[in-house]
Amino acid sequence: MVIHLTLEDYLALVRHARTVAPIEDCGLLGGIVEDGAKVVKKVFYLTNTDHSEEHFSLDPKEQFAAVKELRAQGWQLLGNWHSHPASPSRPSEEDKRLAFDRQASYFILSLAGGEPVLNSYHIDKDKIATKEDLHIGTY
Amino acid sequence: MKVTVNGEPLEIEQPISVQELLVVAKAEQPEYVTVQLNGEFVDHAGFASTTVKDGDTVEFLYFMGGGAR
Repeated sequence: MVIHLTLEDYLALVRHARTVAPIEDCGLLGGIVEDGAKVVKKVFYLTNTDHSEEHFSLDPKEQFAAVKELRAQGWQLLGNWHSHPASPSRPSEEDKRLAFDRQASYFILSLAGGEPVLNSYHIDKDKIATKEDLHIGTY
Repeated sequence: MKVTVNGEPLEIEQPISVQELLVVAKAEQPEYVTVQLNGEFVDHAGFASTTVKDGDTVEFLYFMGGGAR
């Protein structure tokens, strides 16, 4: 699956995650599916109710509010995102275990090391994670 | 009767429980979903005893969480 994210949204995501670090940052991705590709129209910044450096849970009330907003725009819920402040941009065992939505893209932003790294994954019912073709830039 | 599930219309023959509706709506792991019925949260303990009726709006979302380690 190809997924498009604007450079503006990417930079805002990095800025937000750096502000929240060392707590894991998280949220949702709203957008459209066009010609077989996902196009992110809005990144939603939600509360990590775990307030943890190593875990995250999205606030259910905020999830419903975000979905209501994106649906009003004619968009779909494309997936979710979270940061790994001190570990690589790949799904942990817990990330895979708690991935229940087969249609979702799972963005993981690593802040470990010098430069941030953002990858998108699909996680299937057998908990196999496959990296998606994430394009950052104009679309 | 008609209900709306995650913004999409759904036809069902008779009132059913939230638990049954999640099966009809193909929620893969209902134990990991959060449900709102007409804008009000439904506790997991109430899935079997809460009835979905004609004209109701049901929203369900999967739990979303994880961890870095």
